[in-house]
Parts: sequence; C-alpha cells; structure tokens
Amino acid sequence: MIKENFGIRKSDVINRRMFIIGAAKIIIFTGIVARLFSLQINENKKYLTLSDKNRIREWKLPPTRGNIVDYFGNIIAGNLKVYQLHIIPEQVENFNYLLLRLKTLLNLSEKKIQKIVNLKNKLKPWDSIIVSENLSWSQFLKVNNYLYDLVGVKPVMTISRNYPFSEMYTHVLGYVSQPNEEEILENEIVKERFVPGMKIGKLGLEKTLENQLIGTNAIQRYEVNAYGKRINQLEYQKGLQGSKIRLTVDTEVQKLSAQLLSNKAGSISVMDIYTGDIIAMYSSPSYDPNLFLFGISQDEWQLIRNNPLKPLINKTLSGLYSPGSTIKPIVALSALENNIINTNFKVKCTGKTELYGQTFHCWKEKGHGWVSLKNAMKQSCDTYFYEVARLLGVDRLNVTAKKFGLGEKVLGEYFDNEKRGLFPNTNWKKNNLGRGWVLGETLITGIGQGYTQTTPLQLCLMTAQIANGGYKIKPKIIVNDDPLSLEDAKNSMELQALQKPNTRLFNNPKNIKIVQEAMFSSTNEQFGTSYRSRIDDPKYQFAGKTGTAQVKRISKRERELDLKLEQIPYKDRDHALYVAYGPYKNPRYALSIIVEHGGSGSKAAAPMAKELFKLIIDRDELRDKQSNFENINI
Amino acid sequence: MFQRDRLNSELSFFQKIKEIDYTLLISIIILSIISLLVMYSTDGGEILYHTKSHFSKLAVFFPMMIFIAFFNIRHWHTFAYVFYFLIILLLFYVSFFGLKASGSQRWMDLYLFVLQPSELMKIGIILCLAKYYHRVKIENVNTLTSIIFVLSIIIIPIIFVISQPDLGTSVLIALSGLIVLWLGGVRVKYFVYSFITFLISLPFIISFLKPYQKLRILTFLDPDRDPLGAGYQIIQSKIAIGSGGLDGKGFLKGTQSYLDFLPEKHTDFIFTLFSEEFGFIGSVGLLILYTIIIFRIIRIGALSRSNFSKLFCFGFAFSIFIYIVVNLSMVLGLLPIVGSPLPIMSYGGSSMLATMIGFGIVLSAKINHKQTIA
Repeated sequence: MIKENFGIRKSDVINRRMFIIGAAKIIIFTGIVARLFSLQINENKKYLTLSDKNRIREWKLPPTRGNIVDYFGNIIAGNLKVYQLHIIPEQVENFNYLLLRLKTLLNLSEKKIQKIVNLKNKLKPWDSIIVSENLSWSQFLKVNNYLYDLVGVKPVMTISRNYPFSEMYTHVLGYVSQPNEEEILENEIVKERFVPGMKIGKLGLEKTLENQLIGTNAIQRYEVNAYGKRINQLEYQKGLQGSKIRLTVDTEVQKLSAQLLSNKAGSISVMDIYTGDIIAMYSSPSYDPNLFLFGISQDEWQLIRNNPLKPLINKTLSGLYSPGSTIKPIVALSALENNIINTNFKVKCTGKTELYGQTFHCWKEKGHGWVSLKNAMKQSCDTYFYEVARLLGVDRLNVTAKKFGLGEKVLGEYFDNEKRGLFPNTNWKKNNLGRGWVLGETLITGIGQGYTQTTPLQLCLMTAQIANGGYKIKPKIIVNDDPLSLEDAKNSMELQALQKPNTRLFNNPKNIKIVQEAMFSSTNEQFGTSYRSRIDDPKYQFAGKTGTAQVKRISKRERELDLKLEQIPYKDRDHALYVAYGPYKNPRYALSIIVEHGGSGSKAAAPMAKELFKLIIDRDELRDKQSNFENINI
Repeated sequence: MFQRDRLNSELSFFQKIKEIDYTLLISIIILSIISLLVMYSTDGGEILYHTKSHFSKLAVFFPMMIFIAFFNIRHWHTFAYVFYFLIILLLFYVSFFGLKASGSQRWMDLYLFVLQPSELMKIGIILCLAKYYHRVKIENVNTLTSIIFVLSIIIIPIIFVISQPDLGTSVLIALSGLIVLWLGGVRVKYFVYSFITFLISLPFIISFLKPYQKLRILTFLDPDRDPLGAGYQIIQSKIAIGSGGLDGKGFLKGTQSYLDFLPEKHTDFIFTLFSEEFGFIGSVGLLILYTIIIFRIIRIGALSRSNFSKLFCFGFAFSIFIYIVVNLSMVLGLLPIVGSPLPIMSYGGSSMLATMIGFGIVLSAKINHKQTIA
C-alpha cells in the first residue's frame, strides 16, 4: 500500500510537470505560426519577387540595325537573313564523330576544329557553340540533309548586316564588325545592349550614327533551374529595329562615279548647289565592307592594306591635294572683289615670269600673249594669275578662300576621319613655320600650288557656292526631318543673305557673274582647257575649271624633255583635277573630280564630268519628285 | 500482483481493437498520405525513386506499428534496458564499421535500408529512463547516485553520436532524455543550475566545435554573409516559404523545389516544399495535425495507470514536439541548421522506424492503459 501511495504521488509529479511542458509547447507552436505568418503573409510580396528573380532569367538577343537608304529609298545598308550552325554539347552523343562529319561537310580547318573543342571545354554543356556564323545556302542545305546524322547540331537563322552595293558606299557608310572591349565601354547604349554576336559601326556613318541605328534588343524570358539551365520559355519580347536613315546620295550617280574611277585612285563628289545635298561621294579604290562582318581573313586584309592605290583612305574627305588651277576662280573673284583688277585688266604672258631671280613658268612654254581675265581663265594662263596674286597678296586671297570653305571641315560632325586642309596666309606661316612669307609663295599660291591643301569635297563646295551666286550652303548627306525643296532652299538663301549679310560671300554680284562666265568659256569656247569635254545641248551644258596639281617640283631637265605621261613614274605624275557646275543656264549641281597621278586635268578629269552631268541632269526631275520624304516606305 | 497482471493481459483481440485510439491512428494515416504526396512532388510529379522508397518504408513500418500496438507495453518495460543496451552496441558497431558519407560515419547497411542507430536511440533513451523512473522510489530521485546514473545513461550514447559526428541528433537525444528526468521529478533547481552552467560554458563549447559547425552558427546569425555558400540553404528556404503566400503555389507547382533551388528537399527541408506549394493555410493545417497527434499521445499518457506508460508517452510526445520545433525553426531561419528530420514527412528510414516504434508503443499504452506495471 505504501508503494501504491508513492506511485500516486509520483504520477502527480509527472502530470503536473507535463502540464507545464504542455503550456510551453502551445507557446512555442504559436511562435512558429507567427513566424510563418510573417514570412508567408506579411512578406509574401518580397519573397515572391525573390523567387521570380531566382527562376526567371532574361536573354537579350542582338538588336536589328536600322536600314540606311539612298535618296530614292534603295537600301544601301540593310539586314540579311544568315544561316548559322550551332552545336549544343549536351545533346551530342559522340563529339569527335560529329566534328569529323562537320569537318568534311563544311571543309572546316584544323584550327577551327581546335577552337570549337576549346569552346566546348569552356562553356556549360547547354550553351550553344557557334560553328559557322555564315553558312552559304548550299552548305545550309547540306547540313539539313544530314541532320539525322548530326545529333546535337542546330541550324539557326539569324539576321546580319548586309551592304547590297558592296564597295560602292564603303567610304560613306563604313562597316560594322564585332566591337572590342573598349568600344563597348565607351558608348553607354552599346554597353547596355551588348550581347555576344552583336556588331557595331566601326567607321563612317555606321559609327557616327550608331545610337540611332542600333535598335533595341529582343528579350527572351526563360524559366531556369538552380544551375542556370533553361527549362521553358515564358515570354518573347520583340526588339525595335533601329531608325531608318535616308541619305541624300543617288546610287546611280555613285555607280557611275565608281565606274569612271575604276582602276584609278581618286575621288568624285557631286553636290546640290542650293540644298547642299551630297549626291555622290566616291573615293576610289574602295573595298567590300561585307568582308568585315564575320571577321576578315588575313589574306584579304593584306590585299586591301597593301594595295598601292590605298583603298583604306577616304580620299574625298581625308585626301589632301593642291587645288592647282581649280583655285583660279577664287583668285579671280578675290581680285575683283578687292578691286585689284577689272575685266579689262591684261597681262602679257611670255611663258615665264622672273621674280627676284627666280623663274615662274606658265604651263604653256610659248606663252599666251596678252590675256584678259576671261582668256586667262579659259586657257588657264599661269602668268596672269601670278601677276594677279602678286597684286592681291596672300592675306586677301586667304579671306576669300576661307569664305568659300577652304581650310574648314565640310561634314566634320559625321566623319571623324575628315581633314581640314589648309589655306595659308602670312600669319599662318610665321606661327607654324617660324619664317616670314616670301612673295614667290604668293605667286604659286595663286595657281593653287605651295602650301594650299584641299579635300575634293571642299573644292566641290567651293564650286557650288560660286555656282549658286555666292551664297553659303551647309552640305549635308543625311536627309533631315524636313528636307529643303529647291524653292525653299533658294528663298531661305536670299532671306538669310538679307538678314545675315555675312552668309553672303560677295560684295558685288557682278563679280560672281564674271567668274561664272570665265568658267563657262573655259569649257565651252575654243581653246578652253576643257573644250573637248563640253556638251552643247543647253540642257546639259556645264561650266568648269581644270586643274593639274604638281606632285613634285619639275626640274629644268624634265621641262626640256617634255615627257609623255606614260614615261613618268606613277608616283611622280601630276594629279588631274576638275571642278564644274551645270546646267549653265540654270545651275543646279556642282562637282569635283580628282584622279591621283592622272596627268592633266583636261585629259584625265574633265571627260568624266561630261558623263556625270548627262546622268545627273537626266535624274534631276526624278530627284525633285522624291523630295517628299513621306512617300517613301520601305 | 501476479493475478492482476494476468487479468491485464487477458484482453481479447476484439477488446484490443476497441481500445485503439482511432483519432491518433487516423492522424498518423493522414500524415503518411501527405508525406507520400509531398515526396511525389519532390520527384517532380512522377513516381520515382524517393516516392517508391518512401512508400515501401511506410508499407513495412506502418504494419509494424500496428503489430507493436498489439504487443503488451509490459514487455517494453521488461526489455527497456536490453533495448537501450542493444542500441549502444549498434552505436559502438557503426563507430568502427559503419558506412561513411559526407564526412561522418553513422550508418549501417541492412540490405533493406540503411539504418542510423542514433535515430533509434531517441526512443531507446526514453524507454530506458521511463523504466528507471518507474521503478525508483520518489525519495531517491534526487540522490547523488540516482542523478549520476541517469546522467550516464544520457551521456554514454551522446559520446558515440557526437564522435560520428552528429551534433544535431545528439542534442535531440539529450533533450529527449532530459525531459524524462524533468518528468521523473528531478529538482527544478538542478535544471536551473545546469542551464546557467551551460550558458557560462557556451563560449568554451563553441571553441570545441568543428569549423563547419561554427560556420552554421555564423550563417544562422547572418545568412546574407555568404549567400551562395553557407547561407544558400536558409535563404532559398525562406524564399520558398515566403513566396508560398496564403494558399501556396499549388500542388506540384513549387518553383523553388521544382527548379532545384531548394537543397535537401527530400529530407530536412521537406517542410519548405510543402509550405511553398500549400501556403500558410497548408502549413498551419500540418501543424494542427501534428498538434492533434501530440495531444492524443499526451492524453494517452494521462489516461495510463502505470507510470512507465505515462513517462514514455509524455517523453515521446515531447521528443516529437522537439523534432518538429527544431526542424521548423531551422527551415524558417529561427535556429542554425542542424540535421533534424520532420517526423514521418522526411525521407529517411531510421527516423521513420523510430517514430513508428514510438507510435506503436503509445497505441499499445492506450490499449493497456488500465493495467499497472510492477
């Protein structure tokens, strides 16, 4: 019984202590429920976001670049579907066998195979390896035929830049290629939108207009697992193609320019003298920008780089040439404006002029006899312009030349490779060469030799501003939002000249007229330097000025030998130049032609102008019809 | 006395069936079904290895539990020390010949499944101490010899388990043992004194911890310290639970587990998956189910006439409670990560075996609640 008593007492202790624990349990369970409540109800949003962040990953796809079109809406830089070949390593059964099959199918090099193997070891098994960025259609078909045998291979269609006119526009457009690290970092937009395989503009307008052309990434949203493997696609967000850019250029004129300059080094530029539209701008020789899209081969690169005609240089904008006799209209205009000469002023040309014991030759050894301004311009008499320059002085000449755009960039904001050129004056020489100006230098400056350096586009602009009656124009290559019609351009030109007299490049409109007439006679009257290249039909009739720029000083011996062009080494031959505008009665277009080492301007350059004006003026009407931008839809 | 024992054991089969605690039994069945469904979800909505294996374990251990229920609790009393001693032998065996996995040696291969004897010790220690406090006179409970005896009963298995090393299980064994000491009537002040001593020596104990164990504590204090390394589990677990919301993402739709963000989702983190898919409502429901089970066990203990049954039921109820609390606190980021399964829910044979044995004994205690044990 006693034992029993203890038993009861013991169970009391047990029950009482159990009760305490039971209470503790309830409190603890309540605590856990509270914790659950705070996580799942109060902070649900936060954890839901975190969970989505875990499982949803975005893949950016390369954006599609905007098209670049010519004035008539022809695509000159577009996008093309390309066929690529990817390998997804985790799906491959036998990697070595697959590589062997691909090697024979696509003629892959040993080096390429090694590259694929290296990539495979570097990447995760579900990341695709790009075997070929650009399969030809026949290769693509071949691969598709054997697809049953190529487990783990995925033919992919994607979009790549394409230049349908290949080398025609290289110096205008530039090209796109894979960016390097520096290029990605220096442009915020590129940095944000960069994905492997994306290409950016490396040169020309493709580079300067990068931010407009680039477009936005398409985005694929995938559900991924903890290891980053894509499980399924949740969403596809289309990217926006980059802006379409319309240029002022005319592909037909560009084509003719390329054709005229084929196998030659040189440049042709054509400009609308009122609107400043650049109609053609071709630097020869050019190269195919499509070669750079998927990485240029070493051989092809060496071929371009080592070409003696220097295809890599954009001669229109960065080629610096002595203007030669093409400067004479400016010299004449400057002299007229400064009242140094008038139309009756005459100089006797004996073939040479002596100054301080130095002899300055006219191109015509026998001399031109007594010449007036008109005749001097027509026959390009050097002696006349020596005398005019001597009377005028280089500083006054410099003022006029600067007004007409020499020594200044023409399209500087769009082309970072454009050069300013140089038109000297006495101060310039003192500051830069540390020596005083010599009168002899004024003389040769008067015939476009010496320190003067101009780009072909500057000469074109200069001619355009003479042709339009002496008004300043702003050359442009991109049609902006409200393209100027011819009438608008003319009106605003005159209005501006009234309001802002400094945009007028002359004091007396008569002087411009005199120069224009002199240029007309040079082309359309007998004994004119470009008489042989004239067109008599007033619809196409043009006025121009030849130029022959010496590359090196002609020695006495050479002068006596009077060598034919073919007998002079290529490097020593003169550059042939020609500037012109037309139609003469109602001018609209100006052009400049330079043929490097082409010999005389009248023989090598002026005949090209004849061909060009025929085409340009034929297309004038078409061009006017296209001036409304909205009508063009690509 | 002998006669009464005879009387006690003479319950007929039908009487026994009548005496079964059906609330408890049905709760266990529901819990088993839930555990199978969740296991199915961890397999990604297919019947794969874990589901099959979990099912086959239930198929073996559930009938075993019923069998134990019909086995008189008296015999457990009789063989309690033997049972304890057998487990000590198993612990001794695994510490020399056990299977090694991820740096610890705590398993033995039984061909059917891999047994972890330390899990069985959670039951063994309760049985052993229940028998001791059942037999000891209440006056002798707080004598020095008695205290030393019970402490050595707790400390011997713990030494084995700590050396495996398995800190989590050894803490749980210690707590299971200590609760029986508490129930048996060891003075409150001893608990208070030893708790104070424990707090004071805590820094000293920490210096003995292995580097990975220290890391776990540091990670617990600041999970964002190393979000992709040590803190990963707890961060991902909280994300899974938190994103479940009120009613969950839906069965088989838990993205965190389905996409493999959850580590150990079959075992210690099983509640995370459950909570992600069934939300706050489901989680509280599961807790209620556990609470029902615990209180039914306590009720059986309260009904039992013998102190052995009482001590076992209360001790076992507490040990289930403490597993749940430790496991949930861990996945909810309230405690450092210690390996502790959620009873029945977690994948793992040993834990289920021990729990099912416990349930069996409890059911047996209910059937025989009127009997006393000498």
